[in-house]
Amino acid sequence: MSMLRAIFSHASGRIGGTIVVVYIIIALLGMFDITPHNPLQQFRIDRLHAPNATYWMGTDLFGRDVASRLMKGIGQSFLVGFCAVALATTAGTVLGLTAAWFGRAWDGLVMRVMDVLLAFPAILLALLIIAAAGPGTWTSVAAIAIVYTPIFTRVVRGPALSIKSREFVDAARTFGSSRRYILTRHLLLNLVAPLTVQVTLALAWSLLTEAGLSFLGLGTQPPASSLGLMLADSRNLMETAPWLLIFPALAIMISILGFNLLGDALRDILDPKTRSRPA
Amino acid sequence: MSYLTRRLLTFPLVMLGVSILVFVTIRMVPGDAITAMLGTEAGLLTPAQRDALAGYFGIDQPILVQYWRWLAGVFQGDLGISVTYGRPVLGVILERFPLTLQLALMSMCVALLVGLPAGVFAATRNEKMSDLGVRIFAMIGQSTPNFVVGLLIIYALSAGFGILPVMGEFTPFFEDPLRNLGQMILPAITLGFAFAASVTRISRSAMLDVLSDDYVRTARSKGASKRSVIWRHALPNALIPVVTLSGVEFGYLLGGAVLVEQIYALPGLGRLVLDAILQRDYALVQGCVLFIAFNFMVVNLLVDLAYAALDPRIRLGEGG
Amino acid sequence: MTTPLLSVSDLCVGFGRDPSKNEIVKGVSFDLAAGETLAIVGESGSGKSVTALSINRLVDFGGGRIIGGSIDFKRRDGSILDLAQAGEPVLEKIRGSEIGMIFQEPMTSLNPVLTIGTQIEESFRLHRGLTGRQATAAARDALDRVRIPDAARRLKYCPNQLSGGMLQRVMIATALACNPRLLIADEPTTALDVTVQAQIMALLGELKHETGMAMIFITHDIGLVAGIADKIMVMQAGEAVEQGQLDQVLDRPQHSYTRHLLSAVPHFESGRAARADFRREKAKPPALTVDGLTVRFKVSGGLLGRSPGSVHAVENVGFDLMPGETLAIVGESGSGKSTTARAILGLVRPTRGRFSAHGLTERAGSVADATDPATQMVFQNPYASLNPRLRIDSILAEPVIAAGGRITTETREKMKALLKRVGLPEDSLERYPHQFSGGQRQRLCIARALMLNPSVVVLDEAVSALDVSVQAKVLELLVDLQKEYGLAYLFVSHDMAVVERIAHRIAVLYAGQIVEIGDAASVLSNPQHSYTKRLISAVPSIDRRNQHFELDTRQVPSLVRPPGFEPPEPQWRDFGPDHRARAEA
Repeated sequence: MSMLRAIFSHASGRIGGTIVVVYIIIALLGMFDITPHNPLQQFRIDRLHAPNATYWMGTDLFGRDVASRLMKGIGQSFLVGFCAVALATTAGTVLGLTAAWFGRAWDGLVMRVMDVLLAFPAILLALLIIAAAGPGTWTSVAAIAIVYTPIFTRVVRGPALSIKSREFVDAARTFGSSRRYILTRHLLLNLVAPLTVQVTLALAWSLLTEAGLSFLGLGTQPPASSLGLMLADSRNLMETAPWLLIFPALAIMISILGFNLLGDALRDILDPKTRSRPA
Repeated sequence: MSYLTRRLLTFPLVMLGVSILVFVTIRMVPGDAITAMLGTEAGLLTPAQRDALAGYFGIDQPILVQYWRWLAGVFQGDLGISVTYGRPVLGVILERFPLTLQLALMSMCVALLVGLPAGVFAATRNEKMSDLGVRIFAMIGQSTPNFVVGLLIIYALSAGFGILPVMGEFTPFFEDPLRNLGQMILPAITLGFAFAASVTRISRSAMLDVLSDDYVRTARSKGASKRSVIWRHALPNALIPVVTLSGVEFGYLLGGAVLVEQIYALPGLGRLVLDAILQRDYALVQGCVLFIAFNFMVVNLLVDLAYAALDPRIRLGEGG
Repeated sequence: MTTPLLSVSDLCVGFGRDPSKNEIVKGVSFDLAAGETLAIVGESGSGKSVTALSINRLVDFGGGRIIGGSIDFKRRDGSILDLAQAGEPVLEKIRGSEIGMIFQEPMTSLNPVLTIGTQIEESFRLHRGLTGRQATAAARDALDRVRIPDAARRLKYCPNQLSGGMLQRVMIATALACNPRLLIADEPTTALDVTVQAQIMALLGELKHETGMAMIFITHDIGLVAGIADKIMVMQAGEAVEQGQLDQVLDRPQHSYTRHLLSAVPHFESGRAARADFRREKAKPPALTVDGLTVRFKVSGGLLGRSPGSVHAVENVGFDLMPGETLAIVGESGSGKSTTARAILGLVRPTRGRFSAHGLTERAGSVADATDPATQMVFQNPYASLNPRLRIDSILAEPVIAAGGRITTETREKMKALLKRVGLPEDSLERYPHQFSGGQRQRLCIARALMLNPSVVVLDEAVSALDVSVQAKVLELLVDLQKEYGLAYLFVSHDMAVVERIAHRIAVLYAGQIVEIGDAASVLSNPQHSYTKRLISAVPSIDRRNQHFELDTRQVPSLVRPPGFEPPEPQWRDFGPDHRARAEA
């Protein structure tokens, strides 16, 4: 509760938080097909219809309702984004925490593997994985998760190392506290703050990557709708039907903006270092 | 052991990891390699021809032998033969690389020329409005995917001014610099937009951090002017995170900008990889990915060298 | 009557968006004549640093604003300028050339990416217009002036290549480059070891004498200024509660807070204040025996991995500790005192050595990580030794859980009783660490250490991070608890004044070895080893007024030894029934 109040008393938290909540509602509506029209239904007589009272965001080349497809697409993007980030967070936390705690050979191995993964541009690594596994929703999830795991590993390992050398961990060791107790209650509990910030920012990136993959035709496959696919379809029609470009473009930008703003606000609220710094 | 030596030692290790990862990933592609290479034409082959082909490409060998042969080839500059182009992979890559390099350099120029002054300006101005303005620009820049920026630029130009970006055959810089720049400027701005936003953000926050450091107070106590405090004392320290960020971004751009090249129809490395993946030209995919990762690692090493130049703590080792 | 160099009247400084609502300095006035030294004494939050930073108006850059009063400064040409009203261009001309300043943390106060030569030259360049070779020569002279040996070579060093004491000399050289008429020193020795502190104080004293500059010296340690100040101003909560001539304030304090600072706060009294409430009985088994404790860290090798040797952090340290007794381990940074404490608790793996508690459990060095509930530890930093995300009841329960126990109503009763005993309210159990002050947190740490009824408590600089008056109270609590539970304390500290109040016996550690050990009063009043003598003569005290410190530029010896090196067996000399020191060559 106090967390929510803190977010909403922070300027960019208020804006970002509102955007994220609205998007989650839209995504859920889209996922459960609660849309103004059937997103797959082709209204042949109304092809490439400009936005009006019936078709809020116009129709596409096949006469499908853009607003409904957008909702469906947001649902799809969020599904991929949330699943991928959940996987990356779990994997990154386990790897980073164990690397920091055990150190030595295990730390070296984990971090070198992460270096290998980080040696590829994000979208290229995702492309490579999709090439091996074939395009599709769940391949996208896996690809994005693998791409962002190294980032989480680093985000966890750094602070974990510094917490490990804090005096309360030393104290715990003098009591003889078990390894599990120290890892969960002393390390993990103190990592919740940086992780929360990172999860929020990673959601922004994964939406971005998902849109890029779909734009290239390697993510979500038609006729299912996704924001990237809608943008790809708009390319040759943007002059005659700009709404096909503008609405999905804005939808992507605003969703990423929302997560970025929220992430920034969370960082300000949760990170005592930036908070205690005088203006 | 100094930081730089350690970095140099991990370089071959990471490259080895990259090569294994690429090799294994490609081998995980469903279906047999001959079919993958030749597509439907594979059905016309006799079993004897298949065996001959398999022998020719070495894929009748155990996977470790295959990997070893490939690696040995790589060391001699032989990345294999591209099926689509019927030429050595390295040649195809080197043909595409100048464009990618030029695009990356131009984008970085855009980013640094816009981002660094904007970040320093926002951090050192006391009025709230200019700081807020810069931060909003940076926020929007960071939240807009490159390809969306590209699409919006193309749309704005064509709808607003009736101008279409110069597409068609790509002209190398040294053949016709003007035409080349005409082709490259929009992609560079497109890629530079988000890049500039990141540089702005990071230079603003680094500058703010540094300005509250003790040695800046010392400089002021000596009577240094505001300008001298910012440029002489604060900026060299604030540059370190900016160099890191620019290095990483530049390194990634050298891997080709798949989406932006696609939008502007530029034949760069990114398109090459994408096409190779779509056409299942695995020798080419392998070669490209290895080449890109290698470049990225080299750029990272250069960034480390730049660190050492900027910061004596790294150059001399902690505690000297 | 001549006008003073500096005349501050009714100075008010506020911070934040609405400075008048958040006043940190509330109407401070004082005069300072040329060549005079004023000490501003106060605890953290008293506004002493803000007052100092207001004089050269650096406070503006930290978010502060002068909201009232005047700061009249007599410039070199004789004109009087109100610094509180002056504009930034004038201030830039005055800073560095007429008012110099040195700060608390020499390690962070110099720019890490510039050579120290460049940083000293900057002053000459800004105010004297010197460039190139002239500036370099001036910088070298400035370094000579602060007695840095081999100045020409040191100019090319970067700050990370010099020790804290050297860096503070460089800071002084920079601040004095243009012969300012006023030097503001903001806790310049707080971050330094006591012998280095003595050297810096000696240097400041000599330079003050040479140049005839006035000085404002800010400190929390009233004993430190006795040696250097002419006048003292005592600050509390933003107000100057008392000011006057040195002797007058120290001998006839008027304000209750000054009296409190002088009486309640530990001051070094050369062994006269040592405790005499304990007598060793040889027949009893000791609570803790340490024998031949040695800790060495391998220095990592170069490219080929051949190690050039080891750091001999702790070398052949041995002592025994009786129930109800306090043994203080004193030494400066790098002496191995903390490593000794950590090795006893199993946080560092000893290379050699045996411990036995109660004469019962004897264990060799290799099994040191087996923890023993009879020995507990309290750490230095009260802000880092409590997990910020756990509630106090979970924090106090941790040792019990670790020892395999369960949280029963009995445990909770014990927690409440202990909290009450260390002077904290019972409802503390439901709170989080950030809701407590530094002193309260240290009390929590003590309570946690007592949860398992230990016989030995190791206190590693346990009061060093606390404000002086809080220190005194925590020390009092420790003494009471010791008497009540018969605890044996191993008290690790660098602060001789604190040690004098709590120790029965003292072991002096230098370069990883015990050089002198024995009865506290005897060691402090009659030190035998040359290092102990140096250490004790460096301790500031209100009794040591206008004392002349010896200037000493000796370097701390390196602890790195080649592989296979074994130090010679120490030779001990006895100086009384319980006092012996290592024989020196």
